Amino acid sequence: MSEKRERGKQTAEAEPAESGERQGVLSGVWHSIFRGPLVPRSDRDRKLIVVQNFLLHFRPVRLPERSLRYTHTWGLGGMSLVLVLLLVATGVLMMFVYQPSPEEAYGSILAMRDEVLFGKLVRNVHHWSANFLVIVALLHLLRVYFTGAFHTPRQFNWIIGVTLLLCILASNFTGYLLPWDQLSYWAITISTSMIGYVPLAGEWLQGVVRGGTDIGSATLITFYTLHTTVVPVTIVVLMAFHFWRVRKARGVIVPRGPDEEPEEYPERVLALPNLLLRELAVALALVAFVLVFSVVFNAPLGNEANPGMSPNPAKAPWYFMGIQELLLHFHPFFAVVLIPLLIAGALLAIPYLRYDSDASGVLLLSHRGRRMAAIAAVTAVVVTPVLIVLDEFWFDAGAWLPGMPSVVSNGLLPTVVLAAALAGFYVALKRRYAASNNEAIQASFVLLLTALAVLTATGVWLRGPGMALVWPWIS
Amino acid sequence: MTGSRRGFVWKIWLGLGGVALAEYVWIAADFLRPRARARASNGAIVVAGPVERFEPGSVTAFPAGKFYLVRLEDGGFIALYRECTHLGCTVPWLDDEGRFVCPCHASAYDIRGNVLNPPAPRALDLFPVRIENGIVKVDTRRAVKRQTFEAAQVTYA
Ligand code: HEM
Ligand code: FES
Repeated sequence: MSEKRERGKQTAEAEPAESGERQGVLSGVWHSIFRGPLVPRSDRDRKLIVVQNFLLHFRPVRLPERSLRYTHTWGLGGMSLVLVLLLVATGVLMMFVYQPSPEEAYGSILAMRDEVLFGKLVRNVHHWSANFLVIVALLHLLRVYFTGAFHTPRQFNWIIGVTLLLCILASNFTGYLLPWDQLSYWAITISTSMIGYVPLAGEWLQGVVRGGTDIGSATLITFYTLHTTVVPVTIVVLMAFHFWRVRKARGVIVPRGPDEEPEEYPERVLALPNLLLRELAVALALVAFVLVFSVVFNAPLGNEANPGMSPNPAKAPWYFMGIQELLLHFHPFFAVVLIPLLIAGALLAIPYLRYDSDASGVLLLSHRGRRMAAIAAVTAVVVTPVLIVLDEFWFDAGAWLPGMPSVVSNGLLPTVVLAAALAGFYVALKRRYAASNNEAIQASFVLLLTALAVLTATGVWLRGPGMALVWPWIS
Repeated sequence: MTGSRRGFVWKIWLGLGGVALAEYVWIAADFLRPRARARASNGAIVVAGPVERFEPGSVTAFPAGKFYLVRLEDGGFIALYRECTHLGCTVPWLDDEGRFVCPCHASAYDIRGNVLNPPAPRALDLFPVRIENGIVKVDTRRAVKRQTFEAAQVTYA
């Protein structure tokens, strides 16, 4: 502590003498803001920059060399941050033009697109960054899970992460209504109707979200406020918390091979330049990619909202397509309330389960873990489509069990059967491979996740008019 | 002794903080409560027209009132709220098929609003119909929920 202070003092005094009068006023101003040197000339300067800069001190001074390997983190957390910053930058610009009322909203989007300098580009960047953020944050979740980076001391950071993911979805969802076109109007109609299936409080909750019984100006102003204030502020606060916890856990998990013991004292290198330059490179590449993508592809904009005519098919945004697909197979209470709650609960429970071994840092736990994960993925890819087709064309519990309420025949019954099948899969696989519970839980995680991916893909590509199954290449 | 007194004061501060938070949540809840205004603009009594204008077995859309006026084969009237009971899409009447088919998840209803095809969980909601001096009037202020069609729901001239 005292040593650090001592060193800080030294440069503060030494620096002006070193750079001489040449930099004069400019260097004086610089040093009134940043205490470290402007251009580092030695490793000591590099350390000082990291320690003394408010933003950079979120980084350790030194970090294990192995954790720097790009294919360990894939830079996904940093990419999420970059996308959030792009969203803030473009969102603030759009707030100067956008008008949050049903009469004006659509027109103001058109005006932004057609009359404002680079208005279309700014809207495109916002749209694509938001969509990429969902994907990148999900991939980041996968990376964290599969490198086992959720055990102590990182348990709570996983929870913060899941909350961030929910905030990202909330942000996408509330933003979806703002253009007030046919897409947004009907997607929000359908999703807010889902709230009506929450037992007891459903109708009240739906009234609160919509600001009345119908979707109208009260809904728009509620969504606008959530989208431009409540959710972004929450995300920024949570991100600071998230980074602080990464720092307190002494950086990201250190990777190791399946047969290696964790190293007590891994070899360390300086954060500047080794970490910071890599982060900068990833950030610049991502910004370039988003810009090019936004020049080439326009954000969609349908016709102005028409409450009298639902488009056919009326689809949810892609990240809710998995739930929409569930809706076609399950009683709504199960599809939109129970099953999503179970998934969220399972995600939050992951770091707090009792595990046989602490395999943190090993990609996919072990050789056996990798094989079991592959089996789970293949199982889901085969079984999910079969179940979808069976339910679509053959399985009809409602007709086979007349007199049984649809909550049971179409909800409880299939849910229990599927849960039992999952439990059976877990037990069978664990026995067959004499596996640890880490490996069996990981396989179940892969199974469910792949199933969700298949459901989403089905909703996006294989559902046509009237939500019937269609082949995408036959239109 | 001092320790426990300090603990007590500490708890009071904590409690006061909790009260302040609860107040904020309570106020926020009231700010979020749907305003009455949103409801009033929602509907009124719609004068549909004289009884003879509607042929038995016909469905007439009233887009402004958000309903269909149905005259059944036996001459009775019902008014169906056009919102799908599944998730709220607007349900069009398909004349050639003789049924309502929801574009969103393919629920289908017959002319009386009964479910022909799930996922819709119950029949289309009703608006009360009155017939005064041969004029059909529909009260669109509040939709009446129902499980299925019953004879008592029909209004006769
Ligand atoms: C706005 C969204 C998010 C941002 C900006 C973000 C950012 C970051 C960053 C910069 C790191 C450092 C390492 C890396 O780049 O991988 C990190 C690590 C971590 N993140 Fe996130 N993250 C987000 C969402 C999530 C989600 C959805 C989860 C999972 C539920 C999560 C869980 C974690 C955990 C547990 C770590 C520590 C990993 C380790 O020590 O190896 N984060 N995050
Ligand atoms: S909203 Fe009509 S079937 Fe889903």
